[in-house]
Amino acid sequence: MPALGADMDYGTLVEWLKKPGDSVARGDIIAVVESQKGAIEVEVFENGTVEKLIAKPGDKLPVGATMAIIHGPGEAGIAPPKAVVELLAPLPPSPAPQIPAAAARVATPQPSRAHRVTPAARRLALQLRIDADALAGTGIGGAVSIADVEAASRTAPAPARPATTMHAAPVAARPAPTMRAAIGAAMARSKREIPHYYLSHTVDFEPGLRWLEAENLKRSVAERLLYGVLLLKAVALTLREFPELNGYFADNEFKASAAIHLGVAISIRQGGLIAPAIHDTDKRSLTDLMAAFRDLVRRARVGGLRSSELSDGTITVTSLGDQGVEGIFPIIYPPQVAIVGLGTVTTRPWVVGDKVLPRRVVTASLAGDHRVSDGHRGGLFLAALGRLLQEPEKL
Amino acid sequence: MTKDEIKVAVLQALKAVAPEMDEASLEPNASLRDQLDVDSMDFLNYVIGLHEALKIDIPEADYPKLSTLDGAITYVAEHVGAK
Repeated sequence: MPALGADMDYGTLVEWLKKPGDSVARGDIIAVVESQKGAIEVEVFENGTVEKLIAKPGDKLPVGATMAIIHGPGEAGIAPPKAVVELLAPLPPSPAPQIPAAAARVATPQPSRAHRVTPAARRLALQLRIDADALAGTGIGGAVSIADVEAASRTAPAPARPATTMHAAPVAARPAPTMRAAIGAAMARSKREIPHYYLSHTVDFEPGLRWLEAENLKRSVAERLLYGVLLLKAVALTLREFPELNGYFADNEFKASAAIHLGVAISIRQGGLIAPAIHDTDKRSLTDLMAAFRDLVRRARVGGLRSSELSDGTITVTSLGDQGVEGIFPIIYPPQVAIVGLGTVTTRPWVVGDKVLPRRVVTASLAGDHRVSDGHRGGLFLAALGRLLQEPEKL
Repeated sequence: MTKDEIKVAVLQALKAVAPEMDEASLEPNASLRDQLDVDSMDFLNYVIGLHEALKIDIPEADYPKLSTLDGAITYVAEHVGAK
């Protein structure tokens, strides 16, 4: 059972997508796992042939448990397995003695999975706020199917949607309890273990936005760029000069990552959030990055995120979007060592040359890990990010 | 297209980004962003949905006109030629 980030400690196998004898290549999707983060597609990390599927659909397994055996090309079926589908090493256990990891697990309500729910049905049920596990299944093998969820939605009262977020009823705004517990456990671990320092820097975003507006005039509706993509690319490019902010802290040691995979915090409509990574963010064109970002947001909300996207982030970016406030003081997502926050773009009086002009500005913030870097370097990073945003044609 | 047909198309585009939307309680002249808690990505997908369903070109500068239900219906009617 792969670890899908610091906040996952078990997963339930929903279905196998390969069978014994099938050949698989690195990156193929072999299974769908239901986790605290919803339905996740599990990828294979080795080329080979599926020898044996050990876990059965419905099995709830701790991270690190063996799910299947894959033997490498050329190996006989009876040879020692090339790879066990425990695809990723489990994260090192939290060294904090005062709150054992088990305590966090106890607090996590674990819904019973008496019967199967198809991934598509689970996604629909999540959208409609229906408890798929409480439905009687009429699909294959008694599984709850899309038709069952649709039938339930017709008989159930329309879910209350708050008129505005401000007035959201606590019940309506609450995410799935497992996701909330997972976020709580990861953030508690972060605050317990990581000595955070915080910096913020307000940047004139007028040149970037004007460049973007001119660029979007040339593009059809579906190809237009969101300014968030400009900011992601700027953060990724700036990180190339600041390796101490990009990587993992594990086993009392920091390992910088050569690749820059930005985790992008995406809010889930039902509440809660998830931060899947866009691989090699710094190497993508803005057009490519926009397509990847749009696809990622869609899959984060309806299901279908991949295991590598949940485990590969080397730093996270969290953006308040245009409904928020000016600044955010984000919490690092372990085992990463930094997180960049981006506030809502606001129009402010700004000194340009010797004049005060109305300009659209954005406040970028950084939370860094003092075990790895200091505020001095963090400050240089935000200053470099601000300078790069004055030259949007370089993005 | 009649105004009613346009309204159906606009609501469909909204429903695609906010599946739990309750049409009956939607204020026709209030901000859709506030009422439906849509972010910039949702709003872009709503505009793309309108563009694809109604085959109208929508410049970015016109996005504010689509920010309420009535505003969107009026805008679409002007651009598809309503009866």
